[in-house]
Amino acid sequence: MKKIFLLFAALAVLTALSPVSFAAEPYVVGAVFAITGPASWLGEPERNTVTMVAEEINAQGGINGHPLQIIVEDTVGEETRTVLAVNKLINKDNVLAIVGPTRSGTTMAVIPIVEKAQVSLISCASAEEIVRPVRKWVFKTAQNDSHGVLKIYDKLKEMNITRVAVISSTDGYGMEGRKQLKRFAQEYGITIVADETYGPKDTDMTAQLTKIKGTDAQALVNWSIVPGQTTVIKNRRQLGMSIPLFQSPGFGNIKYARAAGDAADGLMFPALRLLMVEALPADHPQKALLATYKKDYESRFKSDVSTFGGHAYDAIHLVIAALRAVGPDRAKIRDYIENSKNFVGTGGVFNYSADNHVGLNKDALELYTVKGGAFALVK
Amino acid sequence: MSLFSQILQFLLTGITIGTIYGMVALGFNIIYNATGIINFAQGEFVMLGGMFMVWFTTVLKIPMIAAFALSVIMVTLIGALFERLAIYPLKRPSVLILIMITLAGSIIMKGSAMLFWGKETYTLPHFSGEEPFYLFGATILPQTLWILGIMFVVVIILAGFFNFTMLGKAMRACAVNPTAASLVGISVKKMVLLSFALSAALGATAGIIITPVALMEYDRGAILALKGFAAAVLGGLGNGVGAVVAGLLIGILESLGAGLISSGYKDAIALLVLLLVLFVKPSGIFGVSEASKLKEF
Repeated sequence: MKKIFLLFAALAVLTALSPVSFAAEPYVVGAVFAITGPASWLGEPERNTVTMVAEEINAQGGINGHPLQIIVEDTVGEETRTVLAVNKLINKDNVLAIVGPTRSGTTMAVIPIVEKAQVSLISCASAEEIVRPVRKWVFKTAQNDSHGVLKIYDKLKEMNITRVAVISSTDGYGMEGRKQLKRFAQEYGITIVADETYGPKDTDMTAQLTKIKGTDAQALVNWSIVPGQTTVIKNRRQLGMSIPLFQSPGFGNIKYARAAGDAADGLMFPALRLLMVEALPADHPQKALLATYKKDYESRFKSDVSTFGGHAYDAIHLVIAALRAVGPDRAKIRDYIENSKNFVGTGGVFNYSADNHVGLNKDALELYTVKGGAFALVK
Repeated sequence: MSLFSQILQFLLTGITIGTIYGMVALGFNIIYNATGIINFAQGEFVMLGGMFMVWFTTVLKIPMIAAFALSVIMVTLIGALFERLAIYPLKRPSVLILIMITLAGSIIMKGSAMLFWGKETYTLPHFSGEEPFYLFGATILPQTLWILGIMFVVVIILAGFFNFTMLGKAMRACAVNPTAASLVGISVKKMVLLSFALSAALGATAGIIITPVALMEYDRGAILALKGFAAAVLGGLGNGVGAVVAGLLIGILESLGAGLISSGYKDAIALLVLLLVLFVKPSGIFGVSEASKLKEF
């Protein structure tokens, strides 16, 4: 047993060092993702992405000759596990910075720890509370939920629609979206005439939609990231509802469009540009980067690229850029990230500053629609 | 949409969901009657039924009817295998140990399904088109009629089985008194095996018929089991008619609650009614209190 263990340990060390061997000390960066558990479909592509990036960087000779070592911890999407993992990374592994966590709740849980230990945390979660108010050591690469809301409201304004029905799932993502939809409604002169919810695993939403059908809503916004959102789309057609339907960025997965079938035709939703790299003009600043990431990820892991992996890609590349510029100094890394300007990532072109730790605005999103089971840009 | 047609729509929706809860509750009852335990893997049978159906029809391209039968057979075999591997070998089973085993079984089934089919959500084409019918302003999907029809047939078959066949009567005998049943020559262990197979088949059927409207993924089982369990308790554990009626009741209450009060409290309303009923009549609506006193719980 012991021998086998030794053999494995030796193998692990060998694979970690190959193919290029370094003389210099490695730069150690921590990563905390929900690799298993209910958010694993977010955390898994994130883990895959950082491992892939580290391999690429090390194959190119590392960061200024130093290999990049990423210590990945699984949070299972739980707050307690995340706290333990982050404590371990800071105190035992002495990491220079941390990318992740995957979810908003787990991110909120570890903010006091990284603030106290003074280590930069670049979260891949979307909730606005992570960066509002701005915390000195906390950044994020995912767009805010409100960016999606603003994108939808812009379109509603263009369509002269003022009466809107909202339906959202009762998980963190749905609740946050619902809050943001209400927050900006007045500013856009929009009245929310119905505010319905559904459980993430519910099998039928006709009751809620029947209620909405009884109101004078001119458009329906369905805010959710779980597969259940496709049931809303199907039920809506079953009830013969014809008002325009808007989905959240959480719809940005082609499998959802396929699951909803032709009932999804014509709906609109905001999403990041990674969704349709081919639709971007050739001179778009993100085009080359997105195309490379998509190709590398899909050929390596044999599964569709996702924006969540993209958030991890941006986070780890921010840290790499900082390490390359300022070396292994926690405080200087933070300052470098905060002053990053025109940083081209998968999520958009990031511009961080002392009062903006998300670096993106609503223009990072494009409005898409569904046509015959495929995504298309709304012109 | 007038209030009348709205309420009609809520009722129709409730009946559709309630039918599924009722079928899951029936599955709970069959095993409860034979063994006195709650099978926590009941929801997993539903999930497996849906997943096998999707796999057979979309990946292996087997025609609908054959795939239906094959899925039910597969899940029935899994149910029987589960009983043979995990329940049967126990020397002196206590109710608590048995329940823990079914819980472990459900986790294993869920995990295996995730490894085999991945974390994706799958859908099936509706059995006969997606064009809804209209009834006084409310809409009904053809699939709803399939769900109701299949449920009706299943209940008739089960009632016939338990009341008119030797095997069914033997199973009921085991439920009433296992010791006496074995004294008259009924193999209680065989009846337990049969009960697992039967409730797996029932669960699979429920899974297959709801997947077109409700989609299916590897972790869908737990919530269906929870609602089905609530229905089983509400109707009186072990009571077949009670399970169906209580399932429908929970479905309708949920739907009316979501539509008329608030969708945020939808699950709470159904569970609140369950609690109230249990306060007033702990043996469930159709349960007999003398009989329930004799059971371990």
